Amino acid sequence: MAGEVNATILTARIRKERRGAGASSFILDVSIEASPGITILFGPSGAGKSTLLDSVAGLARPDEGRIVAGGDVLFDSARGIDVPAPKRRTAYVFQTLALFPHLSAEENVSYGLMDLQEEERRKRVEAILKAFRVEKLRRQRPAEISGGEKQRIALARSLVTEPRVLLLDEPLTGLDAELKASIVDDLCAWNAAKGIPILYVTHSREEVHALGERVIALDNGRVVSAGAPTDVLDAPRRKKLAQAAGFENMLSATVLDLREADGVMRVRLGESACEIEVPLGYAAAGHRVQVAVRAGDILLATERPHGLSARNVMDGRIISLEQRGTMVIARVDCGVIFVVHVTPGAVRALELTAGRRVWLVLKTHSCHLVE
Amino acid sequence: MEALWLSMKLAACVAAILLAIGMPVAYWLAYSNWRGKFLLESLVALPLVLPPTVLGFYALVAMGPRGPLGKLWIALFGHGLAFTFSGLILASVLYSFPFAVQPLVASFEGVDRRLLDASAVLGAGSSRTFCRVILPLSLPGVVTAAVLSFAHTLGEFGVVLMVGGNLAGVTRTVSIDIYDRVQSLEYGEANRMALVLLTISFSVLCVVYAVNRRVWTPWPAK
Repeated sequence: MAGEVNATILTARIRKERRGAGASSFILDVSIEASPGITILFGPSGAGKSTLLDSVAGLARPDEGRIVAGGDVLFDSARGIDVPAPKRRTAYVFQTLALFPHLSAEENVSYGLMDLQEEERRKRVEAILKAFRVEKLRRQRPAEISGGEKQRIALARSLVTEPRVLLLDEPLTGLDAELKASIVDDLCAWNAAKGIPILYVTHSREEVHALGERVIALDNGRVVSAGAPTDVLDAPRRKKLAQAAGFENMLSATVLDLREADGVMRVRLGESACEIEVPLGYAAAGHRVQVAVRAGDILLATERPHGLSARNVMDGRIISLEQRGTMVIARVDCGVIFVVHVTPGAVRALELTAGRRVWLVLKTHSCHLVE
Repeated sequence: MEALWLSMKLAACVAAILLAIGMPVAYWLAYSNWRGKFLLESLVALPLVLPPTVLGFYALVAMGPRGPLGKLWIALFGHGLAFTFSGLILASVLYSFPFAVQPLVASFEGVDRRLLDASAVLGAGSSRTFCRVILPLSLPGVVTAAVLSFAHTLGEFGVVLMVGGNLAGVTRTVSIDIYDRVQSLEYGEANRMALVLLTISFSVLCVVYAVNRRVWTPWPAK
């Protein structure tokens, strides 16, 4: 629909449940918008970034939602629209690049142009090979081409089709910064003329800062924040990052003493009397530090455990139990509040209820210092 | 020599037919998400465990003048199917089915899924993806399927005996011929034919293993 104001904007509202055994089930529930230029999707692995890209490309089918690119509806569960992947005109560069190993660079690049006239096809392939500086490699097969150049060819292959959206799934991992920068420059130069939205998935901070005009941080299937890179990553800097990386427990603590020979130090959590042992960090007695612990890394016992190698055993009381999917989130008061993930089976077997006295077991190396 | 020629002709026909039928079946088996897929998988693998005489027996019953296939054949062509070369081909196709389908399934499944995704995103429908990506990357599997169904048909005995009988020039294949000659104590003649069969079988298996070990390949590995 030419003339529409939002002609080149990608909007996607996607809900997709992935059923799996136990903790592997997962719900992606996001709503994003990407205008022309690079939008970074940032988050730890398993946050749902690839599922999001697959849904936009038509390789995965959302349970419900609506995807609109360049004014055209690609998917709309309410209206029963699901444009098949070959007709979506989305370009997708996979993490593995997925170059066809049996075709030369040139044949790879022209793969998406099979409906064009020979003449036109050659012209376009020529232009894009030049734009990405790989015209010398046209006769080589992917196995004979170096990493960075493969990435260039993969980009050329997807962009030569004049897509309306470009999806990049960590396409530049494993390249050194200089090479990365030069490829990104070529990509931006190309897009200066085309002006399509580019969704760029990464879990690297450096890439976020280097590329980002806009960042959308995903965690555990949700958008946790969105905005300029500095807003998303730096304020307050490490805490957000740690949360984006899936640490449910962020505890401030005071260092009591260092045991350098053992590589550990003791800290007191918050204002409580609760003391735990954590890995040695750059800190001195009296310093304030942040300790991050994943809810899934904490063991819960209904009797005081003994004979354990884990150094931290805290007693407390269950405040609440909340079932979410196939997981139960327990909040336990040990002087500070811990979030602990347990299975519904464990809740039944241990007869866990709110108010019950429990012990939490925490390995030293499950405690991560983030400041 | 007539028997050998007949066997070769039979094996070549069967291999060609099996490739043609085997590919769509293998494609479906490799990529379908249907939960009942195991049923077809079991059916395809059945000739591997069934005694050839059992398969041959049912094939014969079906092809006989009162069997469904036999009736159909008579209606279409005016003559029966049992004890003919066509009947032999049909039974052999059934008997060698897994030898064609299983290598095809294995090689189709071995193609990186992301390559298929890449092809789809680049605008290719499933038939173009099959011809331009799956098939070229499954070439060793296709060669294996062709060669194994050829070799397996060449060496079959039980099914041929049940369905084809022993008509010189029509259904007397080399394995039956060898059996005949041993029965009539022509050991020299039997030995000659057996050696030919042995040599062919060995060379054919060499081709299969060499292709799959990538001793030679159409393109360098990734």
